[in-house]
Amino acid sequence: MSALLTVDHLSVRFPIRTGTIWSKIVGHVHAVDDVSFTIMRGETLGVVGESGSGKTSLGLAVLRGTEPSGGSVTLAIEGRSIPVTSLDKRDLRAARQHMQMIFQDPYASLNPRMTVRDILSEPLVAGAGKGSYGSRQQIDALVVDIATKCGLSRDQLNRFPHAFSGGQRQRIAIARALVLRPALVVCDEPISSLDVSIQAQILNLLAELQQTLGLTYLFIAHDLAAVAYVCNRVAVMYLGQIVEMGTTRQVYFTPKHPYTEALMSAVPEPDPDAERRPILLSGERPDPAHPPSGCRFRTRCPYATETCAALMPPLRPAGDGHLVACHYADDLKLRGALELRGGTEAAVQTNG
Amino acid sequence: MSALAEIPVLSVNQLSIAVDNDGTPVPITDDVSFTIGRGEVLALVGESGSGKSVTALALMQLLGAGLRIARGEIVFETHDGFRTDVVRLGAKGKAIEALRGARMGMIFQEPMSSFSPIHTIGAQIAEVVQVHEKVGRAAARARAAELLGKVGIPDPVGALDRYPTEFSGGMRQRAMIARALICKPSLLIADEPTTALDVTIQGQILQLLRSLKREFGMSILFITHDLGIVAQMADRVAIMYSGRIVESGPVRDIFRHPVHPYTRALLDAVPRLGDIDRGRRIQPIAGAMPNIFDAPSGCRFHPRCPVRDMPRCAEKLPPRAEVEKHFVECIHGERELAK
Amino acid sequence: MSVIDVPAATTKSRRKIRRPDLASQWQLMWWKFKRHRLALFGIVVLGLFLVMALFAEAIGIGPPGQRDTAYVAGPPMLPQLIDAEGKFHLRPFVYGVKPVRDKVSLRMTYQVDTAQIWELGLFVKGAPYRLFGVVPGDIHLFGTDKGFIHLFGTDFTGLDIYTRSVHATRASLGVAVVGVLVSFILGAAIGGAAGYFGGLLDDLVMRIIEFIRSIPTLPLWLALAALLPRDWSPLATYLAITVILSLLGWTWLARTVRSKLLATRQEDFVLAARLSGCSDTRIITRHLLPSFLSYLIVDTSVAFPEILLAETSLSFLGLGLREPVESWGVLLFAAQSIRSIDQAPWLMIPGAFVIVAVLAFNFVGDGLRDAADPYSRS
Ligand SMILES: Nc1ncnc2c1ncn2[C@@H]1O[C@H](COP(=O)(O)OP(=O)(O)OP(=O)(O)O)[C@@H](O)[C@H]1O
Ligand SMILES: Nc1ncnc2c1ncn2[C@@H]1O[C@H](COP(=O)(O)OP(=O)(O)OP(=O)(O)O)[C@@H](O)[C@H]1O
Ligand code: SF4
Ligand SMILES: [Mg+2]
Ligand SMILES: [Mg+2]
Repeated sequence: MSALLTVDHLSVRFPIRTGTIWSKIVGHVHAVDDVSFTIMRGETLGVVGESGSGKTSLGLAVLRGTEPSGGSVTLAIEGRSIPVTSLDKRDLRAARQHMQMIFQDPYASLNPRMTVRDILSEPLVAGAGKGSYGSRQQIDALVVDIATKCGLSRDQLNRFPHAFSGGQRQRIAIARALVLRPALVVCDEPISSLDVSIQAQILNLLAELQQTLGLTYLFIAHDLAAVAYVCNRVAVMYLGQIVEMGTTRQVYFTPKHPYTEALMSAVPEPDPDAERRPILLSGERPDPAHPPSGCRFRTRCPYATETCAALMPPLRPAGDGHLVACHYADDLKLRGALELRGGTEAAVQTNG
Repeated sequence: MSALAEIPVLSVNQLSIAVDNDGTPVPITDDVSFTIGRGEVLALVGESGSGKSVTALALMQLLGAGLRIARGEIVFETHDGFRTDVVRLGAKGKAIEALRGARMGMIFQEPMSSFSPIHTIGAQIAEVVQVHEKVGRAAARARAAELLGKVGIPDPVGALDRYPTEFSGGMRQRAMIARALICKPSLLIADEPTTALDVTIQGQILQLLRSLKREFGMSILFITHDLGIVAQMADRVAIMYSGRIVESGPVRDIFRHPVHPYTRALLDAVPRLGDIDRGRRIQPIAGAMPNIFDAPSGCRFHPRCPVRDMPRCAEKLPPRAEVEKHFVECIHGERELAK
Repeated sequence: MSVIDVPAATTKSRRKIRRPDLASQWQLMWWKFKRHRLALFGIVVLGLFLVMALFAEAIGIGPPGQRDTAYVAGPPMLPQLIDAEGKFHLRPFVYGVKPVRDKVSLRMTYQVDTAQIWELGLFVKGAPYRLFGVVPGDIHLFGTDKGFIHLFGTDFTGLDIYTRSVHATRASLGVAVVGVLVSFILGAAIGGAAGYFGGLLDDLVMRIIEFIRSIPTLPLWLALAALLPRDWSPLATYLAITVILSLLGWTWLARTVRSKLLATRQEDFVLAARLSGCSDTRIITRHLLPSFLSYLIVDTSVAFPEILLAETSLSFLGLGLREPVESWGVLLFAAQSIRSIDQAPWLMIPGAFVIVAVLAFNFVGDGLRDAADPYSRS
């Protein structure tokens, strides 16, 4: 396997403006702060974290939907490496066919004034590669093909989005993202606005499409169970930084960061007999414009010491490609998803 | 479950709520019946649009314009011998107002819009006491501060004079719980109280509700679509589909031996943390919940049901089967319950 | 609840079955708009005004400047169907009038002379005119062969108020249309630039708008209009008044354009289009403009009555259009003296035109506002 996406020291800052007459910048929100990772071809990397931790900003910055304020993003396509962050406007438009996005709210992400057919063919007829997809018939064939793959029927193409349910709309949005046959798809909470019974349809559809089209996903979600279901590796974000990253098993079963442990313990398991030993974090997420000194988690961390306030722990290896940003990662005995729910030691050992 | 839970606080019988659609009433919920015992938590589960919020609002006669209770009774009785049928009280008047907020409290999904931004948190909570009980301003404020402390707001006395906008989502949700509980209601209606919150904050709120329930001995109607929360919070569960309760029973029965095909499908459709270990695949339910304005005939789940028996299921409502407080509305119900 | 009409399968009507799932934005808007009875009524009324403005020569009775010395300051003449003897006439008619001198005030007044019956006819031949200045014609909507008809009476110089009111529609609506058009262009351009480029320009534009909007409008109009040289030709005044009205009217639209632009730019579907490689031009023309065009139309429909009223007020105060240009405000200017209220209250009839037009615009505006967002999920 080779790396498809390489993200290096990526940062996104949003200015905070105030002012009664002239607005002026009084500070910055570090939505994404010095984040690095790679995604292998065909892999799914999950990004989890609380609201406001910078997941969407990270996804958008990778696609240059928002301009990063620092760092680089590189995409490796057919042996070529595309430096996404340093492309000029024209080249960026051309590069967009390799990377696409699926949004959280399928009601907002489809233009209600266009038919499904127009929505699905727009990337082909108006994108940078327009003209290279052949005649109208050929374009229509591509549209019908991807629509069918996403579970839409041909006669639905002439309709407008307002006539569809949330789940069907999300299928349309997925089809639009895939019609250019991108290599990388950023899925920003693709199921969180859908009903439970529909979520499973979409999760399975995404998995199926990944198989048939060889897709690579950056899968953003706050539903930890869904992430466990579809992701090979997981990155945990807190206040703009990745605090832990590793294979799903590593992160879920042998977490090394106190925040990951708390996150795992807070997920309610749909089992009335599951033993619950939740770790309740005190307090709430700090203001991202004024993050705490040292470790950003220290204000809520049950294990914090004076060192944590003084020094920012770097994201460092903890064996087997497992990365963690905590001063005490090696000393703390943290509980994983199974132990927190009374799972057996044996299961943890075989998986750890 | 304690013996107390056998004594109902609330019994809802054959409640139907209709919406006025250009002159013709269209039922949104149909024939909804359930009871909540003392100190018991009943979870009302269902997809978006299945009628959970509408049912909750009807319990307090708070239905919005265009909606009305078409049929049914809502009997509310408390340990002090108070007993009334909420449907007969009507939506206006002293009697229902005395009930709302004092004997029944409610918390909503959206913590942002439930407080007025122009009054302090303290004033808005104290107001509830002053309306329902003959107490002075100072005493009401003291009670408010006490409750804010109970729900875990740091510096409760200082918090009285702060405005809702100065509170974060989780704090506002806590304040709302404090307001709902300040008159020590016998029944708390919680309509998706944690849906807008992060898991870590959700954990705090759920923990808080559990401990408050124990302390006040109140009953809770907990509305949610998260089966994880149900498993954690509920004593009994009612599953709602397209305006009807299709299955209800003790939480263990529902999770261990689900009978209705919809309940089963729902449990199969949610991913679980342990899945990576067990290699379990989730099973989606085909199709989507029907629109309220063209609900299918017969069993409303039949277009999506994997074990339907056509044309029987489409012809008439399936009978209700019951075994030991486990109710199911499905033609296979009787047989499956007997297993 | 869905806002769109669902095809009523139960009512087997001759109507075509609606397919909301196949309906475009404009179709949905029209369906929603149609449910507003008053708005439809308003549209019809405005349509009539438009016809009146376009074909004023044919709808009026004679040239608007023609003085009838035989009927000066005469009251409205009402068409009748039943005569003094109770006989029914198929053709409407008016009674003749004869002048009498009031014994006390020594003023000339007119008395109905039931002996004379002047029958009215539709599409009668009358004074020749040139429609739009070119097409010659002499057919008038109605008139009499014998005698004369002054539907709304005449003023102190014998001018026919009906004919003048009809002709005034042209100038009054004309000012409104041109004013709204100029405001629209200014508003869309300035608001669009502010919203699109943002930053300092946005700040500057917003402050200017706030400043302009904080000035009480009437005194400002008065001041500006008073600056116009009195010796300008009526046409020059007309143009200048239009410009003055629109110079102040654009702020409304600019605000709407800016805020809608900012809001739609944030929409996920716009971002999605950008991420699929669409050019800026395509995003603006295919995604942004159609999204807020309907809101602009609503705002424009609100601007119409404002400018119409502004013109009327200015002219009424004698600072706007002046004789011999006819506008509703100019006609009302003549009605403001005590003498006219006392002796010829029918001079105020043009005011009814203003009221009807303003109401019609407001009804239509209300309907449009409801229809502007056919996708609202409430
Ligand atoms: N366009 C923007 N302008 C200013 N601040 C922004 C902008 N977008 C995001 N932010 C801020 O950046 C931080 C990260 O936001 P982001 O949307 O990336 O979080 P998230 O993890 O996706 O949260 P959620 O789970 O709620 O979607 C937040 O504090 C947010 O307020
Ligand atoms: N005021 C109203 N007028 C008309 N229809 C309404 C009204 N309120 C609710 N409905 C309809 O009643 C049905 C049930 O709505 P309700 O809000 O109870 O659903 P819910 O189960 O609470 O869903 P959610 O999980 O999204 O909160 C929906 O189809 C909704 O469209
Ligand atoms: S570094 Fe300190 S504060 Fe941060 S997570 Fe580790 S122990 Fe907690
Ligand atoms: Mg996000
Ligand atoms: Mg609800």
